Amino acid sequence: MRRGLAALAGAVLVLAACGTGNESSDGVTLVIAANAISGGKNAETADWTEKWVIPRFEAEQKAKGRVVHVVFQPSGVDDEQYKTKIALDLKSRAGADVIDLDGIWVGEFAQAGYIKPLPDVAGPEAESWEGWSRIPQAVQGLGVFEGKKYGLPEGTDGRVLYFNKDLFAKAGLPADWQPKSWQEIIDAGNALKRAGVPVPIQLNAGTAMGEATTMQGALPLLAGAGAQIWADGKWTGGSQALKDVLGFYRQIYTTGLGDPRLQQEVQGRDKSFAQFAEGKIGILAEGDYFWRAVVEPKAGVAPMPNRDAAVGYALIPAKRPGAGIRGQDFVSMSGGAVRVLNPNSKNPKLAWELLAFMHSAEATTSQLAGAARITSRTDVNDQVLSADPMLKFVSDKVLPITAYRPPLAVYPQVSTALQEATAAVVSGGSVDEAAAAYQRKVEAVVGGPANVAG
Amino acid sequence: MTREEPDQHHPPPRSEGRGRFWTEERPQRGTSEDATREDAASRRPEPRERSERNQTRHALATIGRATFLAVVLGFFSLPLLWLASAPFDAHPSITTSVPEFTLANFRSLLDNPYALSSLGNSVIQAGGSAALVVVLAALAAYALSRVRVPGRDALLYLLLLLSSVVTGTAAMVPLFELATRLNLIDTHLGVVLTLSGGLLPAAIFILKDFMDGTPASYEESARVFGASPLQILRHIVIPLVRPGLATIAVWAVANVWGSFLQPFILLRDPGKSPGAVILYTLYTEGGAPRLDLISTFSLLYSLPVVVMYVFVSRRYGFRFHGGIKR
Amino acid sequence: MSPADPAGLGRARAAGFVLPALVLIGVFLVFPALWTIYLGLTDYRLTGLAAADPQVVGLGNYTSALEDERFRNSLWLTVQYVLGSAVVGQAVLGFALAWVLRNRPGPVKRVVEGLVLLAWILPSSVVAFLWIALLDRDAGTLNALLHTPGFAWLLDHPMPSIIVFNVWRGTAFSMMLYGAALENVPPSHLETARLAGASTFQQLRDVVLPRIKGHVLTNLLLISLWTFNDFTSFQITAGGPEGRSEILPVYIYNVALSGGQLGFGAAISFLVLLVNLVFAFVYLRLLRGRREAVSP
Repeated sequence: MRRGLAALAGAVLVLAACGTGNESSDGVTLVIAANAISGGKNAETADWTEKWVIPRFEAEQKAKGRVVHVVFQPSGVDDEQYKTKIALDLKSRAGADVIDLDGIWVGEFAQAGYIKPLPDVAGPEAESWEGWSRIPQAVQGLGVFEGKKYGLPEGTDGRVLYFNKDLFAKAGLPADWQPKSWQEIIDAGNALKRAGVPVPIQLNAGTAMGEATTMQGALPLLAGAGAQIWADGKWTGGSQALKDVLGFYRQIYTTGLGDPRLQQEVQGRDKSFAQFAEGKIGILAEGDYFWRAVVEPKAGVAPMPNRDAAVGYALIPAKRPGAGIRGQDFVSMSGGAVRVLNPNSKNPKLAWELLAFMHSAEATTSQLAGAARITSRTDVNDQVLSADPMLKFVSDKVLPITAYRPPLAVYPQVSTALQEATAAVVSGGSVDEAAAAYQRKVEAVVGGPANVAG
Repeated sequence: MTREEPDQHHPPPRSEGRGRFWTEERPQRGTSEDATREDAASRRPEPRERSERNQTRHALATIGRATFLAVVLGFFSLPLLWLASAPFDAHPSITTSVPEFTLANFRSLLDNPYALSSLGNSVIQAGGSAALVVVLAALAAYALSRVRVPGRDALLYLLLLLSSVVTGTAAMVPLFELATRLNLIDTHLGVVLTLSGGLLPAAIFILKDFMDGTPASYEESARVFGASPLQILRHIVIPLVRPGLATIAVWAVANVWGSFLQPFILLRDPGKSPGAVILYTLYTEGGAPRLDLISTFSLLYSLPVVVMYVFVSRRYGFRFHGGIKR
Repeated sequence: MSPADPAGLGRARAAGFVLPALVLIGVFLVFPALWTIYLGLTDYRLTGLAAADPQVVGLGNYTSALEDERFRNSLWLTVQYVLGSAVVGQAVLGFALAWVLRNRPGPVKRVVEGLVLLAWILPSSVVAFLWIALLDRDAGTLNALLHTPGFAWLLDHPMPSIIVFNVWRGTAFSMMLYGAALENVPPSHLETARLAGASTFQQLRDVVLPRIKGHVLTNLLLISLWTFNDFTSFQITAGGPEGRSEILPVYIYNVALSGGQLGFGAAISFLVLLVNLVFAFVYLRLLRGRREAVSP
């Protein structure tokens, strides 16, 4: 027993020793945190940070006569889990100096006092940064809360309707299809159905798809019905616009135009990708992620070797022409990540230098590593996006009409309520009941009817 | 919780039973010997008039038992098929199928800089926790078993209940803040201590039952010969409950091996992350699982636990056998 | 013989033996647990205004939980889950296995025990993938075997699916515990009962049960507690479809991690503790009552 205890004590000491000892002897250490990990989720970002940003920045600082060590702290897990970890770090006044956040979290982190406006942390340099003029106002909005800039946006995305041109040809639909109203989507769906396409339309719905339901389905449709989920300090309740959205969902899923069971499955979204690639789905609403990482011919999770020829894309129409938000004919939703500074950074000025370095035109171009993607910088987009017509389409046609989610702490719960409302109608429930239930839930979540419109 | 002290109600086990119990250092071998003996005993000649009916009954029972075991075998092996096929499939899906055989998945997994080292971290954290839990629980369970403390069962059960709060999602902020204040963030030790705290009550709860079951007479004799309590525990009690300790150790390892949330929030450097955390990183930016990597890693990640179980059960026995006697 | 302290431990030494475990439990269990219970009295959130300045709301979280239909539904599902998978499933199957395999050495016993234990020790995220592969409606192994293509086990029967899953997952513990318990039953007593013409059921009721009652209690307490906290099904059904398999651990995860409502989540955790306590009292009562019935 005594030997056992001694061994245990030894083990504890070894474990304790493992824990400490990553302090550098001289110079300053900066830490970058991102939800990316080499060999796993968002591996490109992780590799870029480790192989490009860190050596270059360290060299640049050395040229200025400063010894700076930069450490990358990868995560690469579910977004909510990453958010939890970052929030815990910031709450205990620890954590990395430069932190990657989803733009949607900026408001709740700011409200909690976890992050501060960039100029408050880094000084006036943050205000006079060269890059601001390169980033469109709307994209800057990803890092803005209550009029203050909290983070530098990395890039953005947009939602469109993808369609399978082969199936469209079979159904006698044009290869340059562009619906102008919800009814035209239904019409195309019916034509596909007649042509024997198993699943004419895939419009994400239900709680199993999580935020994908809200971003790819409920919110673009709501925008197409003329409403934003949060506007003028109030949340959209069970209004007519919401009922229109739910009615559209109901129409698709109760008339055999969509597969309601797919929306309930935990792997439903992954399956929808596979089915689209196998030519079983006619129309699918997704972000440009679908084009870049799902049906991408070589490395996609559901690769389509003939993607460029077989996959078409169209703008998401408003309910009727002119019925969308701001009187638009077409709508979309966008999101994107930002990088923020830790207000408790021991070297805020240097951290800002690193952050600005990571958002320079050169760094942004390098991060793409040859693959096209919509960055926050127009100067970079102009160069790289011409290589990919789809992303150029998003950049030129979608981003001018898009909308963003409200960066508030209760948003995830409102989003869940939306998902539940779509789930109810997809499985055959009535629109009015689903809208009423949604109204009740939203009122409970956002602190009473006074904060809910409609 | 007031539980009856059963020894007062039931006669002690008959002498053969006890003898078997004492000699059983390696239950694997011991069992077969015992069972042969007992089978022989149960085949004692029976009164003639009953024998025919008994033969029918015996045949029916045998068929029933075989059917039952076949169903159980099927039930417990069926879900495991995927783990045997998907890692070797060139295009793994959630379908279990005869794979288009390849080892490429293993190669691409080896390219992952964290996959293999994470298993080493799992070994450190699981091994550390298991050692801590077994040693501390054995000491505490022995003392609680031998010295009567009023309300000890209720107290133990209360701790067990609290452990259910601490192992849940809701306790993550207190656990994180605690680790921050004790300077245990991003250390193996922090993970080990946090997880051990959650496992200890159940371990003491089970081990105390074991210790209650070991007869005290040998300890008394040893005491007469001047053995210290630690010596008694080490040389008399521990050998008796060794299969139980082994079981608790495996249970603790399996628990820590599968833990995701606590190591995830307590560690920062993925070079220290255990396999459970790394498994969660094998997804795309949109959250789609990379099944080629996940299935392959699942297999590699499961193997050490299985190997450990096989090793422990051969070396020490793996059951509550002979432990809990009431 | 001094039944109070046969090993001559003495109170001081006994305290010394217990102390290391108590310190660890005190720091890493009791302290965070009490803290969590305190959080349950606040509106604390992970982010947003309530993170910066949490307010004590007293029993507010508890009243709103009890008024919440989703919580009540989740509680009821959890009771079904615990009764179905632990009390009935694991305990009964575990006992049946222990009974059938008792005194029956050889390869069959080793293989059966090995497989049952394998299900118990595999990491939970791996296990979740295994069960998705088994039960998937399009490509699942089970549908292929039964020739029922497209049968959506997880969508049409989510609760039975996760109950059967948890039986598979956790039977090993009951099997081992009852395996040990059955060794307490002298074979001669069973023999006598059999010669007297007792059926298997009568043997179990009159000879076996009275001798293994303590084990039954230990087993039920532990497997109920573990099942109440089992989170693995989250990865199989995610609580769906439409919350029809949202048992309390999944509910707490959704509320506390996805929704960030840590105060509310903590309050639910404490409610789970109370429900466990109720179960413990029921087990105690039932087993006591049973004893009086069988031993006059």
